[in-house]
Order: sequence, then C-alpha cells, then structure tokens
Amino acid sequence: MSVRLGLMALLAEGDSYGARLRSDFEERTGGTWPLNVGQVYTTIERLVRDGLVEQAGEADAEGRISYRLTAAGRAELDAWWTTPVDRTSTPRDELTIKLALAVTAPGVDVAAVVQGQRTATLRHLRDLTRLKRDALDRAEGSGEGVRDGADGGGGEHGLAWLLVLEHLVFAAEAEVRWLDHVESALARHARRTPAGSRRAGHDSAGEVPAHREGTHA
Amino acid sequence: MTAPHVVISDVTRVHGEAETRVVALDHVSLDIHAGELVAVMGPSGSGKSTLLNVAGGLDRPTSGTVSIGGEEIGGLAPRDLARLRRRRMGFVFQDYNLIPSLTAAENVALPLELDGVRARQARRQARRTLDLMDLMALSDRYPDQMSGGQQQRVAIARALVGSRRFVLADEPTGALDSHTGEDVLRVLRERCDDGVAGLLVTHEARHAAWADRVVFLRDGRVVDSTGGADVAEDLLTGGSAR
Repeated sequence: MSVRLGLMALLAEGDSYGARLRSDFEERTGGTWPLNVGQVYTTIERLVRDGLVEQAGEADAEGRISYRLTAAGRAELDAWWTTPVDRTSTPRDELTIKLALAVTAPGVDVAAVVQGQRTATLRHLRDLTRLKRDALDRAEGSGEGVRDGADGGGGEHGLAWLLVLEHLVFAAEAEVRWLDHVESALARHARRTPAGSRRAGHDSAGEVPAHREGTHA
Repeated sequence: MTAPHVVISDVTRVHGEAETRVVALDHVSLDIHAGELVAVMGPSGSGKSTLLNVAGGLDRPTSGTVSIGGEEIGGLAPRDLARLRRRRMGFVFQDYNLIPSLTAAENVALPLELDGVRARQARRQARRTLDLMDLMALSDRYPDQMSGGQQQRVAIARALVGSRRFVLADEPTGALDSHTGEDVLRVLRERCDDGVAGLLVTHEARHAAWADRVVFLRDGRVVDSTGGADVAEDLLTGGSAR
C-alpha cells in the first residue's frame, strides 16, 4: 500500500487539509506508520498533478487549503478496495534472510540465533498484548464495545487501532511458530546428517538422547 | 522483593526405567511471585504438563523440590498434600470440568465444602468470588445453560474461591474461539493482578503473551525465557528460568 491510497481513502470521507490528513492517518493506523508533513504535502501535490485530487475552494482564514477527491480519484480508490493486496512478490524480511544465510554461514550458531529471536519476539508480543489490553479496557471504560464498532470512547477509531494491534499480534505469533519450526527442522536435519549437527542446536553431540524422544508432556 | 510464592528448584522427573526411561523434566527451576502470571510454552512432549503437575503436587519430582507459600510439598504425607492442594491452589482445565448437575455457584462452592466448610458459608464465599469476577448473573445457571467461555470463567472462579492464591491452568483456552479465549485470559490476568500467582500452559504464543513471563521448554529443559537479564545468564549456564 502507499501513503497515496491512504490519503485518498481519508479524503473519500470528506474534504480535508494536509495537517489534518496527517493526524487522521496516524490515528487510524495506531501510530504504526508515522508520516511527516512534507511527505503528506508532496503526496497531495502528485495526486493533484495526476487529477485524482483537487483543491476544494480557497484557503481558510488560517491559510489552510482543503482538498477533495475527483471522480477519477474515487474510481481509483474503489478499484483499490476491490483488488486483493499482491502477496506474490518475494519476501524481503530481514529475519528470513538472516536465518537463510545463518544455516550455511561458518561459525554461526543457528540455534542461538533462533532462541534469541524467539525471546525478543515473545517480549514484543507481550508488549503488544499490554497495549491491546489497555485498548480493550479503555473501550469498556467508555461503556462501548470496541468490537461492536460503536462510536464513543472505544468507537470506530478504537476498533481500527485494535485491528492494527491484532495484526501485529498475529504476525508476531506466526513468527514464533516459524522459529519453532526452524528449530525442529534443524534438529531433524542434524539427526540425518550428524556432520551438520554443529550448527543444529543445543546438542553438540549431534545425537538425540533417548529422553528427548518421549511423547509425554 | 518478597519471597516467591512458588519455588520449583532443580526439578527432574523421570518416567520408566532402562530402555523406557524418559526424562520429562531435566533440572528445571522456576519461581512464581504473588501477582505474577508465568506461561509455559513448548512443543508436544517438551514437559509442559509434567511441570504443571509437579508444581500442583499432582506428580512428585524424581529429584529437586517444590514449595508453595513457603511449604515444601515433597515431604508431605498424601493426606496433607491433598489438603494443601484443596486450600492453597486451584486447577483450570481445557474442558472446564464443571459438574453438570450443580449450578455455577454450587460448582464454585464445592471445593470449600469438600474442605469441610459449611454449605451455607461455602455458598456465600462462592457468590462473593463470582461477584468479584463479574459473574453473578451466571450464579444460578447450570453448565449446559452457559457458553464455553462462561463455563471457563466459572471454572477460574472455582479455582480461586476461598483463600487459594495459586492457579494452574492447562490449555484453558484450547476449546474456545479466539475472542472468547482472550476474555478468559483477561480474567486470569486480572486475578493475577490482584495478587494470585498463576502458571499457564499453552501452545499459543498469542495467549502466552498475557503472562508476565514466558518460559519455553524443549525436551524437558528450559531453553528460553522472556525474563530479565539475569535469566539470560541462567540460560547460558544450563536451563534455569529463575
């Protein structure tokens, strides 16, 4: 997604000016995507140039210029809502690349990389959960069910923030699961090829002791 | 800092002998303070449930010690251990385990009655606990008149009725949908915020994230913990989560 489409989505709700677009954008994305004002104005200029946005009247008493979506802008925005986000491009996630390289890099303890990352991701997950709990408590304190999307203290914006948070929670959870998968794949690999065990885990002997194969828990 | 409410010290649990010998827990140490919720994660067979059972006195360690509220439970006679379990701790299971023929309030009162508290007083304490947890509306309902999430919240009330300050939960959200599971964890979290010590076994990181600390078990050993810097040092020196 681009800032461009985000600003167009906000303008579809009503005319607005640069500084307000910026604060609305940040509020709606829970501050996870901070913008600077220059970025907002540059984007608006390009949208105007491309005929997707136009000035809505003269500047107000404080010199602020409001903008509105054009018909072409609305059509492009509608197309965005109905087009799935492209997920086919190759991931360029740092952790993925790091682990892919660590598996073959000499002298790197992959298991330690995995464990260190899992601890960090679990902490991040805990912090996100605290934020989420605060959001839920605030919504309940205001007497509005945040998940109902009712307007009020929690309200629709509270719901938007909660959904952004939950996305981060699910992404962190997926990362923990993947790291766990990496760890067992490494252990399995080490069992098959004892020479590879050097990198494959806490088990420097390369063999899995009998007690590690128990199925109880 | 006050002494931990639960102290699991260098616990090893071995099942079977010779060829069938399985080390379910391998020198595990873990402290839980009052007001703290600790989550245990790990793959199947990593020793999560064994740790919960040992912490709750349902299973005895092969070596090492477990203390609850300053009392070492290894040396207790079975009868004394059973009494300690009834009075000092409560269990929450995946399938709620409420008695179908009893109302929510009667279910919550049951552990007190089993411990010799008069029925009327037990019922009064049960209602107080339900009220504290905003569950009074459910007090006269039977389990089949409640949703899964409601039953699990009542089960948490039952685990904490009276003076019990240690709750052990084994996959308490396993049978619930995502939102309901979360509501149950919030209740557990709130009880811990009020001073209860909690031990939660889960395989979902999203649920473990409600805890103050996550301990990761693999092959009976603690391999990760989200505790402070001293924990990382312990990990380097061999599997302690203290």
